[in-house]
Amino acid sequence: MSMLHFVALAPFIVAIIIPFLYKKFRHIHTGWFVLPVPLLLFIYLIQYLPLGGEAMEIVENTVAWVPSLGINYTVYLDGLSLLFALLITGIGALVVLYSIYYIANKRDEPLNNFYVFLLMFMGAMLGVVLSDNLMVLYVFWEITSLSSSLLIAYWYHKEKSRYGALKSMLITVAGGFAMLAGFALLYVMTGALGSATFSIREIISYADVLKDSPLFLPAMLLILLGAFTKSAQFPFHIWLPDAMEAPTPVSAYLHSATMVKAGIYLVARFTPLFGGEAEWFWIVTGVGLFTMLWGSVSAIRQKDLKSILAFSTISQLGLIMSLLGLGSAALYFDIPNAGSVYSVAILAAIFHLVNHATFKGSLFMVVGIVDHETGTRDIRKLGGLMALMPITFTISLIGIASMAGLPPFNGFLSKEMFFTGTLQSMTLDIFNVQTLGFIFPVVAWIASVFTFIYSMILFFKTFTGKYQPEKLDKEAHEAPMGLLIPPIILASLVVIFGFFPNLLAYTIIDPAMQSILPGLLTEGEQFDVKIYHWHGLNPELFMTIAVVAFGTLIYLNLDRWKETTFFMRERDPLNAFYDNGLDGLVTGSQKVTKLQMTGLLRDYILYMLVFIIGMITWTFIKFNAFQYDFANLTLVPPYLWIVILVIIAASISLPFISHRISSILVLGVIGFLVALLFVIFRAPDLALTQLLIETVMVVLFLLAYIYLPELKKIDVKPRFNIFNLVVSIGMGLVVIVTGISVHAMRNDLDITSISEYFIENSKALGGGYNMVNVILVDFRGMDTLLEVLVLSIAALGVVTMIKLKMKGGEDI
Amino acid sequence: MEILMIVTAGIIISVSTYLLLTRSILRVVFGIVLLSHGVHLLILTMAGLMGGSPPLLTEDASSYTDPLPQALILTAIVISFGVTAFVLVLGYRTYKEHKTDDLDQLRGNGDE
Repeated sequence: MSMLHFVALAPFIVAIIIPFLYKKFRHIHTGWFVLPVPLLLFIYLIQYLPLGGEAMEIVENTVAWVPSLGINYTVYLDGLSLLFALLITGIGALVVLYSIYYIANKRDEPLNNFYVFLLMFMGAMLGVVLSDNLMVLYVFWEITSLSSSLLIAYWYHKEKSRYGALKSMLITVAGGFAMLAGFALLYVMTGALGSATFSIREIISYADVLKDSPLFLPAMLLILLGAFTKSAQFPFHIWLPDAMEAPTPVSAYLHSATMVKAGIYLVARFTPLFGGEAEWFWIVTGVGLFTMLWGSVSAIRQKDLKSILAFSTISQLGLIMSLLGLGSAALYFDIPNAGSVYSVAILAAIFHLVNHATFKGSLFMVVGIVDHETGTRDIRKLGGLMALMPITFTISLIGIASMAGLPPFNGFLSKEMFFTGTLQSMTLDIFNVQTLGFIFPVVAWIASVFTFIYSMILFFKTFTGKYQPEKLDKEAHEAPMGLLIPPIILASLVVIFGFFPNLLAYTIIDPAMQSILPGLLTEGEQFDVKIYHWHGLNPELFMTIAVVAFGTLIYLNLDRWKETTFFMRERDPLNAFYDNGLDGLVTGSQKVTKLQMTGLLRDYILYMLVFIIGMITWTFIKFNAFQYDFANLTLVPPYLWIVILVIIAASISLPFISHRISSILVLGVIGFLVALLFVIFRAPDLALTQLLIETVMVVLFLLAYIYLPELKKIDVKPRFNIFNLVVSIGMGLVVIVTGISVHAMRNDLDITSISEYFIENSKALGGGYNMVNVILVDFRGMDTLLEVLVLSIAALGVVTMIKLKMKGGEDI
Repeated sequence: MEILMIVTAGIIISVSTYLLLTRSILRVVFGIVLLSHGVHLLILTMAGLMGGSPPLLTEDASSYTDPLPQALILTAIVISFGVTAFVLVLGYRTYKEHKTDDLDQLRGNGDE
């Protein structure tokens, strides 16, 4: 175990002792015990950053877990993992600090639950980004789903929280299962090459060979399904707005900076394997762009600050996803540096990933402050907070300007690069982009306009306008310093990255790009990461200016469309699919169960009989198994005819008799005639037993006779009666056909009976002359022993049923 | 002779199936009794009915009928008797407790 293994395990270990600390030190806010964990991890991870400008050192360590299945806890720290791990620990520390002030240390707040779930989540998330083994990655992946649901339902007494938690759980776990199937396919594919492995690095090293596998495309689609559900891409984004019922620190941490980026991480991680394929390019880019558009359009109709931010997150995740898709085209060109023109999209994706984590985290925290200090998040009630909450206002201004893509903040830079990426990909002459490529910049531009509009709504509706104290629960005032420190740190990062973007260039962005696009560079080379504010008068700049102009124009005219249904409907229309689908599953399965589980014994017997008849008929037809052998038929003596005809007549008459005593007697007649058959076929012991037992049975029936109900005429509906008749005859035919075939086949196969042995040895070994009895008590004595047991159990059962009654029935 | 016996067993099983599908508990019990008769006859027949003396060594015979299926049937008869007795008493108790012998009315209870 190296130190790196403990990076992911440390939060889990601390989570175990948190409840004890919570019980022991009630007066200290539990968050203070949690805070050192992400802080120390962050400081530890910073050491791995290549600060001196040299190439990043890649660390790898393996601890065996289930070596026989190839499942090992392998940590692998390259640029991409480091970027995510720093985000998780850094923002994690800020969120813990924020939550200490946000969630009051009250008696009814289960703080230990909160921090245990949060630490579980943090550890799982670190595990996801650090694991090199697919199965370990999957385990951590599901722990993030689980802990995220637990956090969403933190206030579990609220119905909406439970709904949101269930929804996010169902959607992300469904995607997780698809991803697991994709991983299994990858394992199978490498197994076909002779070296089955779960290691991502090794799988990527086989990328050239794996492309030809028929399982390549299914594996790609399944893994993408997992990534899209986790990262809230269209149409799986519907869980994210409902997850806003979680406490705000959770929303800031999980639903803006970390968990929703797990899908982004997965896509980036698998780009070296799947990138360069047309399907990957179109699916990732298309879904990303459409999600961006859908999210930004939906965001402007929200009335709740957190909902606006949720849809904004969806939109921004779509942006990053589409950039990853566009950038994957660079892998198609094998020549070094020829693809680096297109790799600008990957650069933009990584840069925007960092930017989004900073500004969206700070915005969520700001919304939490507004909620905390005014008691509402409804933009219709808010307004005029600028003067009342100056610090909060400043932080929001920075965050929102960055989100809208305004200079000089970092959002502007990534937005510019996003436009560059879309414009450049338009000129790609692969994957048929030349015909449809013009859609990319158009969609990107429209989505940016809507992004600008909702940013304006967010800003102006909260901080400008009239202050309406009568609508607020509390008197609005500035938040305590503890709540403000984390967003201040994030906002200063927004400004710093805005003014000095190249701080990130060779420390974070270049190593991450090398992980996503391996093989594009020769040894020792580095990507040309230079981010400038001023590119000259290029199309990107004009696009940004147009975004601002059109956005302002539409925002000013927004009141005209306020009353349209488009703006009235806040909930995403796709929720109907989810809700109706879930209800449909329940009612559908209830319907099926009602249809099939009638509670009638007869129906269940019918199912079995019809199945038996069907199976045997199918077998006979399929294998053409019917055989008959009428060649050596023995002559039937006349007395046998008589016996058999009487048996048949008695049997058939039985259902028609409607007197109890007559049917009992007819049943007795059949039994005695069976005994007679045993006599005819030379089975003296059988005949004896049958006679005795038939007598006892008839006596038993007659004993119970006066207590038994009157037989009625069979009075089922004629339709059912005919069906019963058909099934019964079918059953008889099946028996007859099988019997005749078996009989004929036995002559063909010429198998000798083992009975020769019994006949020869019953005297020598068993010491008896009656062979049947010797078999019963000597050769096969175990049968007899258990048969005695059956009789005793039946006797005990009969006695119990008659003697022991729970309710007051009459005694016999 | 075997064909005749197989057909007989088939008819008996056919009738017993029909009885099993009726609504009256008593008829279902009759069906079970009849079913075991049919199966016993079938076992005996499938082993072969060709000649031979009864399986008793004292008889000075050249060949014997197969003793093994007879032992099997003997076991089966006793077991089916036990089951029949149990089912009969069960049916009786059901009738006493629920005041009906109609299987269609014997579905579900308040606990469900």
